[in-house]
Amino acid sequence: MAYLELKNIYKTYGEDENVTEVLSDINLSIEEGEFVAIVGFTGSGKTTLVNLINGLLKPTSGEVLFKGEPVVDTSHERGVIFQNYSLLPWLTVGQNIYMAVKEAFPKESKSVLHERVKDYVSMVSLTPAINKRPKELSGGMRQRVAVARALAMNPEMIIMDEPLGALDALTRGNLQDEILNIWSQDKRTALLITNDVDEGIYMADRIIPLKPGPNATLGPEFKIEIERPRDKTALNDNLNYKKTRNAIIEYLMDIGEERKSVSHTKYVLPEISPKSFVA
Amino acid sequence: MEQDITLKKEGQSLAFLKPLLAKITPKFQKGDLLAWLKKTGITILSITLFLGLWHMGSKALYNKEADFKIEKALTEQGQAAADAERACIESGESSCQPNTLPAPTQVWASLQSLIADHKVITADKAAFAEKMAATNEKLIAQGKNAIVYTGRASFIDIVLTSIKTVFAGFLLALLIAVPIGIIIGLSPTLRSAFNWFIQIFKPVSPVVWYLLVFMIVKTLYIGDNSDNAFVISFISVGLCAMWATLVNTAMGVSSVDKDYINVAKVLKLGTFQKVFKVILPSSLPLIFTGLRITLSVAWMVLIAIELLAQSQGLGLFVWEEFQNGANDSNSKIIVAMFVIGIIGFLLDRLMLTVQNMVSFNKNEGV
Ligand SMILES: Nc1ncnc2c1ncn2[C@@H]1O[C@H](COP(=O)(O)OP(=O)(O)OP(=O)(O)O)[C@@H](O)[C@H]1O
Ligand SMILES: [Mg+2]
Repeated sequence: MAYLELKNIYKTYGEDENVTEVLSDINLSIEEGEFVAIVGFTGSGKTTLVNLINGLLKPTSGEVLFKGEPVVDTSHERGVIFQNYSLLPWLTVGQNIYMAVKEAFPKESKSVLHERVKDYVSMVSLTPAINKRPKELSGGMRQRVAVARALAMNPEMIIMDEPLGALDALTRGNLQDEILNIWSQDKRTALLITNDVDEGIYMADRIIPLKPGPNATLGPEFKIEIERPRDKTALNDNLNYKKTRNAIIEYLMDIGEERKSVSHTKYVLPEISPKSFVA
Repeated sequence: MEQDITLKKEGQSLAFLKPLLAKITPKFQKGDLLAWLKKTGITILSITLFLGLWHMGSKALYNKEADFKIEKALTEQGQAAADAERACIESGESSCQPNTLPAPTQVWASLQSLIADHKVITADKAAFAEKMAATNEKLIAQGKNAIVYTGRASFIDIVLTSIKTVFAGFLLALLIAVPIGIIIGLSPTLRSAFNWFIQIFKPVSPVVWYLLVFMIVKTLYIGDNSDNAFVISFISVGLCAMWATLVNTAMGVSSVDKDYINVAKVLKLGTFQKVFKVILPSSLPLIFTGLRITLSVAWMVLIAIELLAQSQGLGLFVWEEFQNGANDSNSKIIVAMFVIGIIGFLLDRLMLTVQNMVSFNKNEGV
């Protein structure tokens, strides 16, 4: 039995005439301890998929099973890093994280919880900003707070919706390592939504593309067979890496082309041919 | 670098003060000073212009009425009477002064006399209290009611009564409208159930509210001779003014950003935590916008309601002066008008300051 299982998931928004089917026939199973990445185009339904898994949304049809039980509600076992940070603007960085750890560890004493908040804030290098409110932070800093909040709750499964999108390459690399670090401790399970193929290859065991919507469905999976811990600098010379990367990018470009040809707008190119200078 | 976290409220409330302090402490630079001078200059100019127009207007009205009086005396009683009337008006004799819009100087004089009057009455009160001290002590010892001063109220007392009434009404509105607003904001079913109620009662005029409250309070006070004018007026004011707060609170609570609700769900906050830690903080700005409207509406309807309820406030003062028709009545009415306007402005400023303090997202898109 898989740790997380999605069976024939369909998800529609709206009613009657305005109904649109965002996700069609999604089947996915993730084993315990696995790190799975889903790459997809913008607007294809990635956030919708994430919300189905974390319990914020219910599928129109199909089943989401977590450890064999149907998902009916959110749970502390599945931590979420939201794409749009979703920090509470009237609380400081510390208070935002404290609120989460207090819910996750209701029996712990205040001082233990405060220590935990401090640890995770320093993990995302925000110690100097701990008493600031979200509006005083940059987009990347907010994203790091969101990462710290989710990880501080110590969830069994980490669900990340484009968690590092707004970060510069350097911070991004650091946080990728931090997330991998936390994931590898105690055999956690992770689902990463990303639009960066390299990030997926560096972090995940498997990459699964989500085809463009509407009626988005999952494409064939790509296994990343590079042993851990992976070395970012050496990755470029790894034959396996090059092969997988090319295969994924080729696939994504193909479905991108497909989408373009299916779309109703036609781009008519003017008839131009290169001028011949050879008389 | 290690820093301590303050997760308590203190850090927050001090942070609130910072922009306020920055506003109060003047940081004048040369350009600022010029701009400030320009602004003040324009304000002074506009005030002068206003006073000038007012003066000329009242003079024109005065002359018109004076001419009419003399004309009337001439046609009805002949030349001698007309001359007498003219002499009387010119001498400034109060019995024959035209009764019209007073000039700025007259209004100023009335203000002075009202303040002087206040001093007299205050002295009177003190003397009365001194004289009665011994008697009252005895009465209280015997378990009877003390004798209280029942003389005329001074203008300042009247203003204070009005302010007291408006705050009592505002508090009542707050205590009714905010909780109900929260409850119906949380439940779409209740919201639609209450909607007709709100839509019907919101536009009811202050006069009708007064009558309704009067019917009820009068019956409740049967057998009790104490003065219920204050009670009637503050309840009417509260009921009349609470709708903006009710509607805004319900709207704020029902339209909390979906992201915040998702956070509450993912953290699995309990209902209490969710309401007090997420929903209320996020709707505070709208609630305070409602309260600000409520306070200004309360102040506006107060005058009419005090008049009806015979409560010793500005409303009754204005009406009594109008009925009185004494020589300086009109200028007293204008004094009251300015006092009403200025207090209304100050109340609004007060609420605006509070409102700015609680709006955490003035210029952001978190
Ligand atoms: N609550 C909703 N009601 C109706 N339509 C919705 C709703 N939420 C999302 N959609 C639609 O579903 C589609 C997928 O949205 P979703 O947010 O899941 O995309 P995404 O892949 O996460 O996009 P992005 O990469 O921009 O984050 C979009 O076309 C969007 O307009
Ligand atoms: Mg998304």
